[in-house]
Amino acid sequence: MTWTALSALMSHWRRHPLQLILMILGLALATALWTGVQAINAEARAAYDKAATVLGGEGVNRLEASTAPLTMQDFARLRRAGWPASPVIEGRDRTLGLRVLGVDPLTLPQTAVPAGMPGVGAGDLADFLAGKLGYASPQSVGVAVPGVVLKPLPDLPPGLVLVDIGLGAQLLGVDQQISALLMDSVADLPGPIPAGMVLKRGGAELGLSRLTDSFHLNLTAFGFLAFVVGIFIVHATAGLAFEHRRPVFRTLRAIGLSSRLLAVLVMVEMLVLALIAGALGVGLGYLVAGALLPDVAATLDGLYGASVPGSLSLRPGWVLAGMGMAVVGTGVAAGGGLWQVWHLPPLETARPQAWAKARARMDRVQAGAGLALLAVAGGTLLVGHGLYAGFAVLAGLLLGAALVLPWVLARTLRSIARRARPGLAQWFWADARAELPGLRLALMALLLALAANVGVGTMVGSFRATFTGWLDQRMAAELYLNAESQDQAARMQDWLAPRVDAVLPVTLVERDLLGQPGRIYGVVDHATYRDHWPMLEQVPGVWDLLHQGKGVLVNEQAARRSGLALGDPLALPGGEVPVIGIYSDYGNPEPQAILGIAAFQARFPEAKALRFALRLPPEAVAGLSADLTRTFDLPPEAISDQATIKAFSLQVFERTFAVTGALNVLTLAVAAVALLASLLTLSGLRLPGLAPVWALGVTQGRLAGLEFARSVVLALLTAVLALPLGLMLAWVLLAVVNVEAFGWRLPMQVFPMDLVWLFGMALATGALAAAWPAVQLYRRRPTDLLRVFASAR
Amino acid sequence: MGGMDVLKIEALGKAYATAEGRVEVLRGVSLALAKGESLALTGESGSGKSTLLHLVAGLDRFDAGEIWLDGVAMSGLSDAGRAAVRRDRIGLVFQQFNLIPSLDVGANLAFQARLCGRHDPDWTRELAEALDIAGLLQRYPEALSGGQQQRVAIGRALAARPGLILADEPTGNLDEAAADRVMALMLGLVAKTRASLLMVTHSERLAGRLDRRVHLSAGRVSG
Amino acid sequence: MHVRAFLLWLFLAPGAMAQGFAGLGATADGFALPDPDRVLEFPADHGAHPGFRIEWWYVTATLTGADGAEYGVQWTLFRTETAPGGGEALPWQKPELWMGHAALTTRDKHFVAETLARGGTGQAGVVLDPGFAAWIDDWQVAGLPGADALDAMSLTARGGDFGYDLALVAEGPLVLQGTGGYSVKSAKGQASHYYSQPFFRVTGTLDLPEGAVAVTGNAWLDHEWSSQPLAPDQTGWDWFSLSFETGEKLMGFVLRDGGAGFVSGTWIAADGTATALPPGALVAEPLERLDVAGRKVPTRWRLRLADRGLDVELQAMNPNAWMATTVPYWEGPVTISGSHSGRGYLEMTGY
Repeated sequence: MTWTALSALMSHWRRHPLQLILMILGLALATALWTGVQAINAEARAAYDKAATVLGGEGVNRLEASTAPLTMQDFARLRRAGWPASPVIEGRDRTLGLRVLGVDPLTLPQTAVPAGMPGVGAGDLADFLAGKLGYASPQSVGVAVPGVVLKPLPDLPPGLVLVDIGLGAQLLGVDQQISALLMDSVADLPGPIPAGMVLKRGGAELGLSRLTDSFHLNLTAFGFLAFVVGIFIVHATAGLAFEHRRPVFRTLRAIGLSSRLLAVLVMVEMLVLALIAGALGVGLGYLVAGALLPDVAATLDGLYGASVPGSLSLRPGWVLAGMGMAVVGTGVAAGGGLWQVWHLPPLETARPQAWAKARARMDRVQAGAGLALLAVAGGTLLVGHGLYAGFAVLAGLLLGAALVLPWVLARTLRSIARRARPGLAQWFWADARAELPGLRLALMALLLALAANVGVGTMVGSFRATFTGWLDQRMAAELYLNAESQDQAARMQDWLAPRVDAVLPVTLVERDLLGQPGRIYGVVDHATYRDHWPMLEQVPGVWDLLHQGKGVLVNEQAARRSGLALGDPLALPGGEVPVIGIYSDYGNPEPQAILGIAAFQARFPEAKALRFALRLPPEAVAGLSADLTRTFDLPPEAISDQATIKAFSLQVFERTFAVTGALNVLTLAVAAVALLASLLTLSGLRLPGLAPVWALGVTQGRLAGLEFARSVVLALLTAVLALPLGLMLAWVLLAVVNVEAFGWRLPMQVFPMDLVWLFGMALATGALAAAWPAVQLYRRRPTDLLRVFASAR
Repeated sequence: MGGMDVLKIEALGKAYATAEGRVEVLRGVSLALAKGESLALTGESGSGKSTLLHLVAGLDRFDAGEIWLDGVAMSGLSDAGRAAVRRDRIGLVFQQFNLIPSLDVGANLAFQARLCGRHDPDWTRELAEALDIAGLLQRYPEALSGGQQQRVAIGRALAARPGLILADEPTGNLDEAAADRVMALMLGLVAKTRASLLMVTHSERLAGRLDRRVHLSAGRVSG
Repeated sequence: MHVRAFLLWLFLAPGAMAQGFAGLGATADGFALPDPDRVLEFPADHGAHPGFRIEWWYVTATLTGADGAEYGVQWTLFRTETAPGGGEALPWQKPELWMGHAALTTRDKHFVAETLARGGTGQAGVVLDPGFAAWIDDWQVAGLPGADALDAMSLTARGGDFGYDLALVAEGPLVLQGTGGYSVKSAKGQASHYYSQPFFRVTGTLDLPEGAVAVTGNAWLDHEWSSQPLAPDQTGWDWFSLSFETGEKLMGFVLRDGGAGFVSGTWIAADGTATALPPGALVAEPLERLDVAGRKVPTRWRLRLADRGLDVELQAMNPNAWMATTVPYWEGPVTISGSHSGRGYLEMTGY
């Protein structure tokens, strides 16, 4: 009986393969985008975790500097006081493009020794201590570190080399400075934490994952948006399948199937579909993630200096999450239908005419809920802060608008229909409105996809415009030069003096600023800075004050994160200084400060000026580069010209948003499929409405044309509503989310061509989705239409 | 031209391809209908009477024979031509699904007249009153009873003052009382507009109220 | 005489392993060699001797609590140069390693701790100014303020579950081992510079899991440095430092080589007068081997020195005094009985 019933239920899909395909396709697409994003995030997180747990993760506490950097002397002093502390040096070797982690294996706590690294007593230790042997992830062992053999250690993140602290200090060019002291987290502290240090408990958030969190949250939000859009498709098709099978359900009930068993059977059926579609989706998601991951990896590296492998591994986490989402999504999408099956009376109660009225009432309720969501979004915008509040605003805005959409469209179409010329025109509009209930979900999906497109497009455009302008200001010098040693730097300066307009030494130290790793620069007094530096806020006479040592400039990130305003004191080694200027510093996650060169040297006498910015006529750049290279026998990476740096910066920028753009297009594609799915499933239901018009003397070709036009018009109307929504979205992204995620606020610019593009996309989406159903209608045999009137229905 | 038949059918043949093979639905039917004349087409289920009506309305193509409408041969018409014939010369009433669900009763009533550019507000109003649907003009079809829907359909068919009314079991979905009332109204108005009427019915009682009747059996006229 | 320094050097330079235990006898190219004509100077020679491959400062103490319970304490600091010529090096890169071992032995327990350090950081070291101090982490043996060189010192170390804090006062002179501090280690001429201070009187406190224990007793300090102190065929080491109730003391060692071995030592009179033992004078005979940490270790010995009328039996106070350190060995206090009685320390390696 159960089997018979199940096969009766399943036979529906045999007869309506298109519905089956759409249902599976929708679910698979939704799952794919969600899974893809999850896979990317999982890969990146695994890489961060590796980076974080290279030295033991939760098993290890870190002592870090709170004021002056830690040194070898601090290490020795603590050891002699009985602290089981082990020094580490961390940093980025910019020449090799590697993160360098230098450890002292003789004191390294057992909990901090990476799995697979031979401990004290093993044969490799002597070579390791001698700086002849290092370790790297299997992907990175091919990197050439001069004089060092790299052995693979799977637990290390890519792009990182683990070496002895002696070699590490040498590679990073630091003297006796260390990054932190590690201690086994179970060891008792022999005394109070020494002044000038802070203890960071193992497993506490690392700067890297905090910085990249915002990026991943961005991705997750997009993944979820895509999933929601996909679920619209599933909901539409599942609803239709339930509707079509009402008679079957009723018959099964009539022949004695309990409502409970029926519901269970339908649930089993849905589960099977969900699993099939989920598996497909996870596979597709793997492909999507594999295609996007190289860009994501490049972005994370360029933007945050975080190394993520460019290749994807299958992780049970996101595979299961993807399957889970497919099942949950199906449950959500088919829940209503299932509830109806459960409560289906075995005998046909008059097919409710009240259904339409109920639908209208539901639209109003839904619109009310949408308005409430919009209000919540507005309220959150006023009182909330933080990245999650920003995303809450976005979610409220998008979902609220989507819920309001059917009601707004219905009102709009009704008022157009009232004003339309009676006859065919009036029918066109009235029927568009009549078609709305069947298309509302697809149109909601389209609204979301279009709004996301406008919003993200406007944000990226605004960002790009600001960023390129900023680059022109910031990269004012024509040539940038790196010296290998102070001696070489001095010789270069002498050599350059008569040959260029100005040599501007760039001196910097890497120090904790406002509790985060940052950089402090010392700059000379030159028009290059006075005329070009991209100041957001400044006190009068800022440059004079700076060079008198009476103030400090900070970048926007530092100011925003710590709520610094002009005049506020900034704690620096050697005493507090008032902030006299705030400058924009895009693409940099770290806090930064600038001092006049005299004040800088007084505070950081150890800093070496190994970098120079050169001012010279642009046409002389190529010649001078060649001369410099020849005279000082420089490696190519020692000289960079302005154009190259700008090109590189823009490339990093473009990659940052390439992924967002790709997800955007995919979301739109899902919306198009949703619309197609709805139109195709509607086409059968719409025949009774179309057949009388045809019978009254409108040709099939004309009818098909009108049907096509109607879909396009609905898409365009949706686009009209998506426009303000998208602009609001862009504003929230720029003014709220970016500030929280990246630490900078950007002026919003509207690009009219983008908006034209929006309507183009809406038109294309509507047309693509409507074309096939229209052609189908055109090709229908008259008998199909006539059957509508047949008495034997 | 005065003596010319509004409708003339000669040796009409139509077959459908079905899963069981070719089925001949009409096998050489001939008949004619004069202006103002009403003709009942009766027969068993499957005798081909509805098909005949559809072919006359230009809703489908026939395989053999000819149909002349006001002297114009249908076989020479394109899709668009046949649509124009339906729109301009014919009023159609079906058993159900007559009305356009997205339009209100008023718009439905005037729809065909507007399509063919012969909308006459006075005549439409007169029809609405005659059919007792003047109070329902703002309503939508789904809110009407079957009898009310059918009266709107009859009004719509007559609103453009076509020369020929084709009705396919117009009262088949109605109970007897409603059927009688609808039938009476239809016959009265057809007579008033001097239109001809071809009505398919399986009801002897209704057929008897028309001027003439033709019985179809297995695709042929049998009486 | 302590062999672990060589073992430390061994595990850090595994290439030498290819020569087996005799890798210790690898040539000392580039390192300083002990000089028989060298006259030791103090306090300068209490300090480190850069240029030599290995060096250690070593204190053992036999102690007694107020209740008569006996204890043994060991404190060792090893210094090893991993490459010759480590003068000018970048920070963290000085080719020098330090290792500390600390132990506390009771009748039934043996506590051990070990710690490692690289040279040049200040984590471990030996200084003479303002006074002598040798340390690694918070373990230290250091001259008390105002005292001369090794005359009065404090000695501290601690492990996870034990610690000690002792005051050492010298009651006799320094003793130069071998010939004027030049101690020959094989018939082939391998040697080291080696002197001792065996006359420390000790008071202090032991930290045991049960609580603190006040103790008194004697301590013995060795300082030895070399670059190639073992002959290629020598496989292990038995070393004795014995204090007799007569006030006399004996340092003796057996370098095992599969044959008769190389046996040597010094007889120290109560006034500190040292006499190097002629070859073959000291006879050391293991009496009983016990299973310790999976190895057969002789924890009972018979020692004879005919010239001095010495015929004694040594019994390990706690036979399980196994040093489960990076390089494991046996080291613990012994009780002396026979012609002479007293207490001492025994060290055995290569088992």
